[in-house]
Amino acid sequence: MREAMDPWTFVVASYAIGVGATLGMVVWSLISMRRAESRRDRARKP
Amino acid sequence: MHGFANPARFLRNARWLMPLCLGVGLGVAGLALIWGVMLAPAERLQGETVRIMYLHVPAAWLGMAGWMGIAGASLAELVWRHPLAAIAARACALPGTVFTAVCLLTGSLWGRPAWGTWWVWDGRLTSMLVLLFLYFGWIALSQASDSSAGAGENRAPAIFGLVGAVNVPIIHYSVIWWNSQHQPPSITLGKSAMSGDFLVPLLAAMLGFTLIFAGVVLARMRAILADQQAEARLRRKAFSQVEF
Repeated sequence: MREAMDPWTFVVASYAIGVGATLGMVVWSLISMRRAESRRDRARKP
Repeated sequence: MHGFANPARFLRNARWLMPLCLGVGLGVAGLALIWGVMLAPAERLQGETVRIMYLHVPAAWLGMAGWMGIAGASLAELVWRHPLAAIAARACALPGTVFTAVCLLTGSLWGRPAWGTWWVWDGRLTSMLVLLFLYFGWIALSQASDSSAGAGENRAPAIFGLVGAVNVPIIHYSVIWWNSQHQPPSITLGKSAMSGDFLVPLLAAMLGFTLIFAGVVLARMRAILADQQAEARLRRKAFSQVEF
């Protein structure tokens, strides 16, 4: 007997992983950039 | 090329280029995914699951492009001692790893309804998994190397980056060289076996995700440069306070 599968379950799961990972990576990159640049600016102060 | 080697000049350009790439990339990728899910038709044989393609194909392209970025930067580091090359290679590693992992996961989710299995040990899937492990190894090696050393002083990651590039053509040609569950390439240079209904949103998604990749690489390069500059200043301050 053929297993019935809802294709949208796989589509939604793929988009959740792909979009979530991409947005997470963008946010993390921006936060780490801001943190590093403010650390550099603090180090510049005498 | 050495015109762009000056970190101050690079930072001047990256300050406007990075938000532009990220903003346009997120907009184009978002519209392409909405198009792919809501407007593009279902495929005759695969049905609705074909919509996974709009994420899976850009992720596969950028997983491989990330390693080619590492290899190109490694070559520039080894041959021309380009001061930003090692930083560019390190910046490519994170998005390359993320997109390779997304490609493997979305491919597995596509394979279950299309092939009836989550995973097969064929040439394409296995070589893509090897690419993910190469990224893990490269990141571990580059972090183990002394990040404060100048260009050309830590050559191990650069050599690894060049040697690992041999896997990229293996991934690309694996579906031609060996029998595979995976379909052969539908898009080649100058022609496509795909209908425009699928091709246009796919190309838009590839453009959008490529711009996001470029924006993340620029943000990572700014972060790594700022970290190195902060380290150098703190070291100079510490030396100046030492009494001999």
